[in-house]
Amino acid sequence: MQTIKYILQKEFRQILRNKTLLPMMFWVPLMQLLVLVFAATFDVKEIKLTVVDNDMSETSRQLVSKFDGSTFFNLNNAMQHPTMAEELLLEGSTDIVLVVPSGLEKSLIRGNTAKVQLLVDAMEGNTAQLIYSYSSQIIHQVNRDIMAEQVKVSNSNQLAQINVHERYWYNDNLDYKWYMAPGILSVLVTIIGMFMSGLNLVREKELGTSEQLNVTPIKKYQFIIGKLIPFWIIGLIELAFGLTIAWIVFNLPVNGSLLLLFGFAGLYLAGILGLGLFISTIAHTQQQVMFMNFFFMLIFILMGGIFTPVESMPDWAQTINHLNPVYYFMRIMRQVILKGSDFADLLKEFTGLTVLGIFFLSMAIWSYRKTE
Amino acid sequence: MLILFGIPITQLLIFGTVIKNEISDVPIAIYDESKDEVTAELINKVRSSGYFILDENLESINSIDQILKKGYIREIIVFENNFAQKLLKEGRANIQLIADASDPNLARLVTTYTTGIINDYVVKMNLNKGMPLQIQSEVRMFFNEEMKSSYQFVPGTMALILMLVSALMTSVSITREKETGTMEILLASPLHPFQIIAGKVFPYLLLSIINAFVIIFIGNLVFRVPIAGSFGLLLLETILFTTMALCLGIFISTVAKNQMVAMFISLIALMLPTIILSGFIFPIENMPKILQVLSYIMPARYFIEIIRSIMLKGIGIQYVWQETAVLGGMTLLLIAVSVKRFKIRLE
Repeated sequence: MQTIKYILQKEFRQILRNKTLLPMMFWVPLMQLLVLVFAATFDVKEIKLTVVDNDMSETSRQLVSKFDGSTFFNLNNAMQHPTMAEELLLEGSTDIVLVVPSGLEKSLIRGNTAKVQLLVDAMEGNTAQLIYSYSSQIIHQVNRDIMAEQVKVSNSNQLAQINVHERYWYNDNLDYKWYMAPGILSVLVTIIGMFMSGLNLVREKELGTSEQLNVTPIKKYQFIIGKLIPFWIIGLIELAFGLTIAWIVFNLPVNGSLLLLFGFAGLYLAGILGLGLFISTIAHTQQQVMFMNFFFMLIFILMGGIFTPVESMPDWAQTINHLNPVYYFMRIMRQVILKGSDFADLLKEFTGLTVLGIFFLSMAIWSYRKTE
Repeated sequence: MLILFGIPITQLLIFGTVIKNEISDVPIAIYDESKDEVTAELINKVRSSGYFILDENLESINSIDQILKKGYIREIIVFENNFAQKLLKEGRANIQLIADASDPNLARLVTTYTTGIINDYVVKMNLNKGMPLQIQSEVRMFFNEEMKSSYQFVPGTMALILMLVSALMTSVSITREKETGTMEILLASPLHPFQIIAGKVFPYLLLSIINAFVIIFIGNLVFRVPIAGSFGLLLLETILFTTMALCLGIFISTVAKNQMVAMFISLIALMLPTIILSGFIFPIENMPKILQVLSYIMPARYFIEIIRSIMLKGIGIQYVWQETAVLGGMTLLLIAVSVKRFKIRLE
């Protein structure tokens, strides 16, 4: 026990001595948290709309003004010819072109097909989907208005209508920052856990001080604990720091139990520290450690659902995610923070993290050799 | 070597297939207080749309919170009681869509898709009653007809990987020489700093070009991202961007004290901003103004714009010359600053 205490003292002293690395570990990620949470949003506003109205009828004007009046669209341009409008799409100066063919109103009155064309810039899939959905809704509204007028005129059957009410739970403002902040916090914790601890170990290897340690009667497990605990603590501190800042700046609530959150964070950290440690035992240079950590981290993070939903991923990816600790942690963070989920709701994640954690730690302990 | 090529290729393959925004098979649940033919028809429509998977039929309104907390069901469709009757007699009935907004984007997509399906049904229902014809829309998705996510993300992944790996290679290589002391020897020789730098960049430039080639091919062959424009132009722009990234690495090496710091900056400090501010995943136009301004200094932003334009839009140099000029300018600037800093070291 005493030995561990001394080892920890040494570790902390070394870490604090490294004047450049310590502030970087704290400030760089936190700055990124702030800036990037503000940047990451899929909200679509001020969609640039170009109209090509070849009908110039009352109906078409009704349609166009409905688009114009919508808060989502900005009617920027009116063109005479579709090809000119397509040019705008190529340049990127418009997001969507509405083409109203001539004879639209006449077709409607006669009861023939009346079609308008929507040309959408689909380079960004998500934006395109939303643009299309909003456009469809506007067209639907115009159709309802047309029908309502007809009904008044002809006194025929009542127009049936289904009212759809949307309720957004846990985030009624659809504030994208509330989605990104827990995600980016997970990334920060992961960086500390995997990168820093791994680098630390290999640095000692390169500097030769780990050789010196190996000659001492320090047992393997003591050495490993000594390496893991400081970063475990630092990781948790960073999480706390990050959460506080997120609360102050983004009003991010923590609807669930803080104890549960940090408990899971501790579990998660232990696991990925083990992974980081394992990687550094099989690498010989700092460069290799960096590369391997980077490789795993990027894959874990992107597959873990930080930016794009796991639900949209192909089935094989969703299956592989069961081996991805970041996937579990990301879910835990978002559910506890936004929904107040409790332990019973998160059993799956708990099991996953525990199994993976034990696996990584065992691999680390097994592969670390005092003599090489 | 394995790392230099293996990592980018693997990542490209993985991200091209995994990063998607499309909705398919999203688990939802239904709470039906009516259970009549109309609700059954609507539920059927939703189920057969291909977007959703009907996972549960809830029996009580209290189970809504419970099931959302587990985190798998993303939306609950609630039908009020006497649905069909209300529709028939009063002409209106109500549906509630309760969406899990912890992922606001997915929630919005899910509700708009569901609403679309419901609206479709309403239109057909009214048509059957002899109501007049409606305006229909025919949509053409330009540059990405099938709305494949890979079209959007593969070019971005290319930019990301090229940038990070190139910057990493040169910055680490130079700082390693500094650490082991061989840099001193080089500086003591009669070589001009520019020659030293060029000597460092050139071999990595060749490697990176091969890397870029491979990435473009994978993008084209595996993910079928088209190369609608000139392949030659694409290659030239890629070379320009890679050179810029390598010079960025050199610049980093002049400010980093040791390898660890160099690696930290090249990978960690650059990674998140490059992913987020370059337009790779999140469209720049929708960001707060300050961040849009910040994104102007992200080189990846310009390259992504160029790549997407050439591959997806098929346009030529006349549309992208501005972005190209910016990249060229950045490269020259980085070289100039790096050479200057090297000189300082000499004195």
